[in-house]
Amino acid sequence: MNDILDGLIAAFWLVVSLDPELIQISLRSLQVTITAVAIGCLIGVPFGAYLAVQRFRHRRLVISIINALMGLPPVVVGLMVYILLSRSGPFGVLGLLFTPTAMIIAQVIIVTPLITSIAHQAMRELWAEYHDLLISLNTTKWQRIKTLIWDGRRNLLTAGLAGFGRAIGEVGAIMIVGGNIDQVTRVLTTAIALETGKGDFALALGLGFVLIALSMIVNITIHSLSRTERDGRW
Amino acid sequence: MMRLIFTMMISVWGTFAVADSMRLAVTTSFDNSGLADVLLPQIKADIGLDVQLLVVGTGQALRLGAAGDVDAVLVHSRAAEDAFIADGHGTHRTEIMYNDFVIIGPQSDPANVRSTASAAAALSAIAQSQAVFVSRGDDSGTHKAEIALWDDVAFGPWYRALGAGMGATLNTASAMNAYTLSDRASWLNFANKGDLQILFSGDPKLFNQYSLIPVNPAKGSGINHTQALALEGWFLGKTAQQMINTYKIMDQPLFVYNDNSSTQ
Repeated sequence: MNDILDGLIAAFWLVVSLDPELIQISLRSLQVTITAVAIGCLIGVPFGAYLAVQRFRHRRLVISIINALMGLPPVVVGLMVYILLSRSGPFGVLGLLFTPTAMIIAQVIIVTPLITSIAHQAMRELWAEYHDLLISLNTTKWQRIKTLIWDGRRNLLTAGLAGFGRAIGEVGAIMIVGGNIDQVTRVLTTAIALETGKGDFALALGLGFVLIALSMIVNITIHSLSRTERDGRW
Repeated sequence: MMRLIFTMMISVWGTFAVADSMRLAVTTSFDNSGLADVLLPQIKADIGLDVQLLVVGTGQALRLGAAGDVDAVLVHSRAAEDAFIADGHGTHRTEIMYNDFVIIGPQSDPANVRSTASAAAALSAIAQSQAVFVSRGDDSGTHKAEIALWDDVAFGPWYRALGAGMGATLNTASAMNAYTLSDRASWLNFANKGDLQILFSGDPKLFNQYSLIPVNPAKGSGINHTQALALEGWFLGKTAQQMINTYKIMDQPLFVYNDNSSTQ
């Protein structure tokens, strides 16, 4: 129990003293995760809406595969991205291994199926409601997708936040492709793993509390900016 | 929308590696000892080289070197290093410093390791008493050293192979009140000792040599061999010798510098 108290105290001092290293790794955590989630949304949201609107052969199979990919083990994703980006691998010439870009690539692979799947669920229900109207207005497929995305934007927010939640706390993949290099690829989760390894539980827990707080701040900010959960709105 | 995409591209671009830097894969003991935090700023000041550390076990460090993903490795497992050079992955091997392994265990010492005369006898005593021993189990230098020390003993449920780094292994040993083998530097710098202490040390078989191996530049176009040689040059200099020999934790020296002057 004392360790938890020490962790809270460590977190308090890290934040109050505006520890430059803490600020740097926190910003890097946000940079990597937000970029990955933004790219994941750009791919996942239109794809999810398309899966709801369009009927094609093997559609069910595609949906099942995407749902299954939600459970992709991050360590395996990390290892695969490592092998691809390694200098002896096919994309080695790009020199991306052990950079934040490599971490973003790994996280995009991890969050995109999750965002696609949640987006598809939300769009499917909305499509059932809008189906007759949009068909009778003789809209094009792209117009239908745009309407669904716009009217379902609050549900899509959940998809984005779920992706953010999975990515910000992820350590397995980014440890392998980022390498946890000080000043270059160290983020909150890998720093926590490092401090745990040194036996400095107070600092590790302190960083953990900072991570939890950061995640809450991002969620609350996005909710308040998009005015959900307010009077008369859903 | 365009602005969002633009911002994203900027943030991706902003992440490319800087010039005059090199990547060095080191063993966890080098970093956990705290020596890296002292040496790296001095290297930066002396030769303007930004050394990016990848802290992994010796096995993984050599894998990274063989794939050409790092420019040099600093490891501690003689047999694996010789194989690495024989396979053409590294150019040459330079001995930098050494320390020793120590056998850590609970203060109560149920296997009576304190009274044994050699490292092998100490481990045999642990095996005979079936006291819990945690092993790194991750193909690291420390793990290889530990495997070489065991006589023919019957391994049973008392032997727990973790597959984890030195710090994580010490954490586990501390929580289970178990025996384990650690390098002296990691142990001295470890913050969560609990009831554990050094029970055996001093056998010549526990000698632990660290060497620097520049990765063969033929392994890939991106390998920064010039900087790897510059780093080697710095390690062979007087500053490195003085800093490594005087680095202490709790008044205990952690590493001894190899005197390379006779071979130069």
